Amino acid sequence: MTKLLTNEIPAGTPRTDAPLLAVTDLSVTFPQRGGPSVQAVRGISYQVHRGEFLGIVGESGSGKSVSSLALMGLLPSSAQVTGSITFGGRSLLDLNDRQLSRIRGQEISMIFQDPLSALTPVYTVGDQIAEALLLHDSALSKRAASARAIELLQIVGIPAPERRARAFPHEFSGGMRQRAMIAMAIANDPLLIIADEPTTALDVTIQAQILEVLEKAKSLTGAAVVLITHDLGVVAGHADRIAVMYAGKLVENGTTDEVFASPHMPYTIGLLRSVPNMQTAGTQRLVPLEGRPPSLTALPRGCPFAARCPIAVAACLDTEPVLLNHAPAAPGTPVAGLGETAHVAACHRAAEIASGALTRPDVFPRPEPLAVEHRDRDRHAHPVLTVTGLVRHFPLTKGGVFSRQIGTVRAVDGVSFTIQPGQTLGLVGESGCGKSTTILEILEMTKPQAGQILIDGQDVATLGRADLLRLRKDVQIVFQDPMAALDPRMPIGDIIAEPLTVHGVKPAARRARVAELLDLVGLDPQMADRYPHEFSGGQRQRVGIARALATNPRLVVLDEPVSALDVSIQAGVINLLEDLKEQLNLSYLFVAHDLAIVRQIADTVAVMYLGRIVEYGPVAEVFANPRHPYTQALISAAPIPDPVIERSRKRVLLEGDLPSPTEQIDGCNFRSRCPLYALLPPQKRALCESIDPLLSRVGTVETACHHVEHSALLTAGV
Amino acid sequence: MVFYIFRRFVNYFFLSMIATCLAYIVSSLALDPAAKYYGRNPQPSQQTIENILNGLGVNPDVPVLQRLWDWLVNIVVHGSLGTGVNGVSIGDQIISRAGVSLRLLLIGSLIGAIVGVTLGVWGAVRQYKLSDQVVTYGSYLIFATPTFVIGVLLMIGATALNGAAGMQLITFTGEYSAGLTGSWGELALDRGIHLLLPTIALVLIGAAGYSRYQRSVMLDVLSADFIRTARAKGRSRNSALVRHGVRVALIPMSTFFAYSFGTLVSGSIMLEIVFSFHGMGEFALNAISQNDINAVAGTTLFVAILILFSSTLSEVLYAALDPRVRN
Amino acid sequence: MSLVEETNAELGTPLVPLLPGSPNAPLARPDRPRSRGRLIWRRLTQTSRFWVGAIAIAVILAWALLGPVLYPFDAIERDPLNMGLGPTQLHWFGTNGIGQDLYAQTLVGLQKSLVIGLIAGPLGTMIAAVVGSVAGYLGGAVDRVLVWCINLLLVLPSFILLVILSPLFKGLSWVFLTVFIAGFSWMIMAQVVRSQTRSLRDRDFVKASRYMGVPMHRILGRHIIPNVASLLIIDATLGVVAAILAETSLSYFGFGIRAPDVSLGTLLAEGTSAAVTRPWMFVFPAGVLILTLFAVSLIGDALRDAVDPTSGVNRD
Repeated sequence: MTKLLTNEIPAGTPRTDAPLLAVTDLSVTFPQRGGPSVQAVRGISYQVHRGEFLGIVGESGSGKSVSSLALMGLLPSSAQVTGSITFGGRSLLDLNDRQLSRIRGQEISMIFQDPLSALTPVYTVGDQIAEALLLHDSALSKRAASARAIELLQIVGIPAPERRARAFPHEFSGGMRQRAMIAMAIANDPLLIIADEPTTALDVTIQAQILEVLEKAKSLTGAAVVLITHDLGVVAGHADRIAVMYAGKLVENGTTDEVFASPHMPYTIGLLRSVPNMQTAGTQRLVPLEGRPPSLTALPRGCPFAARCPIAVAACLDTEPVLLNHAPAAPGTPVAGLGETAHVAACHRAAEIASGALTRPDVFPRPEPLAVEHRDRDRHAHPVLTVTGLVRHFPLTKGGVFSRQIGTVRAVDGVSFTIQPGQTLGLVGESGCGKSTTILEILEMTKPQAGQILIDGQDVATLGRADLLRLRKDVQIVFQDPMAALDPRMPIGDIIAEPLTVHGVKPAARRARVAELLDLVGLDPQMADRYPHEFSGGQRQRVGIARALATNPRLVVLDEPVSALDVSIQAGVINLLEDLKEQLNLSYLFVAHDLAIVRQIADTVAVMYLGRIVEYGPVAEVFANPRHPYTQALISAAPIPDPVIERSRKRVLLEGDLPSPTEQIDGCNFRSRCPLYALLPPQKRALCESIDPLLSRVGTVETACHHVEHSALLTAGV
Repeated sequence: MVFYIFRRFVNYFFLSMIATCLAYIVSSLALDPAAKYYGRNPQPSQQTIENILNGLGVNPDVPVLQRLWDWLVNIVVHGSLGTGVNGVSIGDQIISRAGVSLRLLLIGSLIGAIVGVTLGVWGAVRQYKLSDQVVTYGSYLIFATPTFVIGVLLMIGATALNGAAGMQLITFTGEYSAGLTGSWGELALDRGIHLLLPTIALVLIGAAGYSRYQRSVMLDVLSADFIRTARAKGRSRNSALVRHGVRVALIPMSTFFAYSFGTLVSGSIMLEIVFSFHGMGEFALNAISQNDINAVAGTTLFVAILILFSSTLSEVLYAALDPRVRN
Repeated sequence: MSLVEETNAELGTPLVPLLPGSPNAPLARPDRPRSRGRLIWRRLTQTSRFWVGAIAIAVILAWALLGPVLYPFDAIERDPLNMGLGPTQLHWFGTNGIGQDLYAQTLVGLQKSLVIGLIAGPLGTMIAAVVGSVAGYLGGAVDRVLVWCINLLLVLPSFILLVILSPLFKGLSWVFLTVFIAGFSWMIMAQVVRSQTRSLRDRDFVKASRYMGVPMHRILGRHIIPNVASLLIIDATLGVVAAILAETSLSYFGFGIRAPDVSLGTLLAEGTSAAVTRPWMFVFPAGVLILTLFAVSLIGDALRDAVDPTSGVNRD
């Protein structure tokens, strides 16, 4: 990866140079009013060399962001920071805010997660970029700074930069804002760029674009990059080294290949095994990493991971392991002696893992599929859900007193699909594609603007109140954010029982059912009188699932059910959903943007784009042989947590953002971003420009593209 | 943006007109304009009273909607607000008094806003420090004190000060010293001194409200991501707070301005009465006690127009401060 | 910022913490399953403001109730030997121009003002809760009409509206005054409740209830109102202050409580004319009034802090 460096470092500089950034024994503690303080970071040490790309991986609360903010001097004043941070020969912790402010933005710059709130809403994007330049160069004229800002916007790939520079942040899309943040970060040719979850708030297709821009920024400035993320897939293809954090500690640090190929710390092993891999998804069960990180206010003695570690021994509960090199060549050598290039891990049993005595399946065995005798599914029963030609348009109005319609938002524009009993349909697409509106239309159970919704063969538009209420028993929903989906004021027992109260179930029967349901989703029935905040994210999602199952539904709508959960928790919930489906013969409508999870759980997949389904067919077929250029782009944008695959993959990148659904596009509405369209000769393009493609069946898959036969052009790498 | 503000103006215009009409109806129903004549000795004849009431357009025997219509027509056609029970045109009376009220109101609310916003920002930046606590408790004390009590306490204080100084340092009854002659400068100074105490009272009330609100808005902004971005770009903490924080925190203040203006109008009306100013407060007080429907309606219209302008001004400020509403 | 995600979660406030400082609350807490109410109570009782305010209010209430019983003079009786006297051992707050005891009068006035405040404040909050939640939940035409009404009532300052209406309750008992004060003090809170309801309506747990077929009144009662309850409690507390202020101001200018009833407002009106010469006639009732309102404000502020998960943490 170092070959990317094109400037800044004189040829032949030996790697043994003093590191650009050396963090030594850094600890950050936040005192709390009336309680024990939060030990967010506990004595971490790492180094970053010039031009190096370091990925810091960890779940929420692992201290990965706090440690980076500490080196920028951006922590709240209440934080107690100890240890040392040396950057370019200066000790950053000894500098005051004024001195640090000369380094920030000049030598070290930072990119934040949420690009909307990270930009000041009242200044233009151009001004905010120019500000970064003017702050560090008093000789620069305002005019020159504006010109340079436009140039920077051009570099990060914003079209029409002169006009865009005068726009305000709210006029930018999420992807464009993040590009503007990167422009700001590289404005002064920094030596180090820290990117804190820069793509987490973005769609996969945009994520791929932003990572591309980040790589470009890195090669232009020659800066070292520290990328903080929870997504192993993101670092796999980009980072030179990976540092894994857990409960405020660094638990493993090594080159990307070492960490992925032979992780020494059980936590890293668990993470790697629990993440669904798009290449293998659906063929085997996921490996769950149960439990949750310890509270940072009450850390246990010993290894913080011991409670979740399947191979923990007595020593793990007693003393906390330190980072050591466990490579077979030099076992047990302390870090200091070996320098920063060693592969180190903090585990009492790392030596056994490194030597191969403990293999990865030994540490985290793959669970056996649930043994349920397959019931004879009645193939002739009618589908649980049939949606035909569903349309939902919203009028776009302007003006208050005398409002007039200035356009139509085509949120759902003729969507059809069918779900058979016991089957799972995965609905995928970028945010804004209409998948949420589709499920809301189904759940509202009112007459659609156009088209038909049949639940259990009954048309919802024709049913009366009482029939609808009865039908509501058959369709339930599990929401994305398990915190928002549970009323914080109610004990979970009442929450789970709520659907039963609607249908007049007696209190005693309700209590019995709640206990049964809690057991079913793997929670202790004794917990029924606890409140949602007492549960972890994964447990709350189980409560949400229990509530959805209370009325014995036939169809459960799963709206991104795991995307708000930490990676390590996801596998457990997905496995539970798979088991429940088998046990109860449920049907799922699974809405997601994570393709690997869809591949894992769904039988059929429907890919949505701008209110339409563009590809629809069996999961195995669609993923193995995607025909629509949009499906190809989605699949290729999804990162795979495997550095070898990531580096060799050919990417189909999409241009720009999702167009506004108000735009009236003639012909194929994917045309404006279609990578295939760009390759077609003009006479073939004419078809895309004039005629809206309909879904047409080839084999088992339906695709809405005029030029399906040319789709191989894209993967051929033209 | 001009269109947006115009639309808001039209909206407020209708609201204030409807409110004024409702106030006219309510006061017509609540007040008995004939009462004062029955109490007279010798009591005027029924016919005389009828004539007077008809002349004023407040005869209770005429349906109230008819009277409202006549009143509105009179405003539109003749630009007249009718005549008060003292026989003087309401419009003239309001014009001669409005200046007194507006001077106090505008000076007081402007200084109050500036002081309040400054204290609010300061309190937020120095959260939980002693100075913040002093400002916080001070504003709670002001909230807990009725406006007229603030006025009277200031008067007691000023009297004590005058007594201690052995001379009239601060005069506070009326808008100016009666019978004072002198140069233009001396007269202006005299008026200024008379304005001092009520202005202080109004500033205290305004500043207490503004500082609390500004402090809480500013606290939200302090933790905003864009402050962190500005610092990451190379701004020091204080510079980021001023250049980015205060600028954004002022946006919700423009809405608060419209809300708080009503309180300040009531406050300044009360203070006028306490300090014996011949302003709109005294006018309203007399109007109610004399059952003068036209005067009450005129006062309401005056207040409604003030609110109309302050609401529109707050919309203009909002649009000027926040690019997200302009388009 | 908040490092205390745990607290955020418990309070159900959709706050995005600046730093992912701590993971979620540890599960190992079987001994104290804390509800939100208990949490707020614990935070409340940790603040000194709350205790100062609560003890002061308790003392004031007891004083207003028991004080007159334990005192030899009543509010009407005149002491012809001690007219217009400053505070003495006999007349603790002094007497007025016709020899009535000011201490006794202040206590009677305090009783009346407290009763009016304690009724009008919560009553206004109730109106706000009903109007705000219905408008916010239903949306559409109902919402537009209610919002329009709220805006209409907000155009004129409520003090001026009450003054215009004052002839209506001139001959009626103070109860009507109380109702009128409540009737003009709910609008801003109703707007707050409405906007909260609108955001709650789109929260998933409310959507979930709707998709289960739970009827509207039950959703409002079980999900919406409990989730804005903390706001309502604060508003009711501060509403007491606002109602007493409105009452005393109206009475002071002769539009509220009238003789023979006595409130702190009428006492202050009497005291003003002599404020400079006989300051005790003004200062004692004013002091009692300010003390009462300040104590209630302190409780309101402590409540607000206890409910706000970000309070007590330096946010910079």
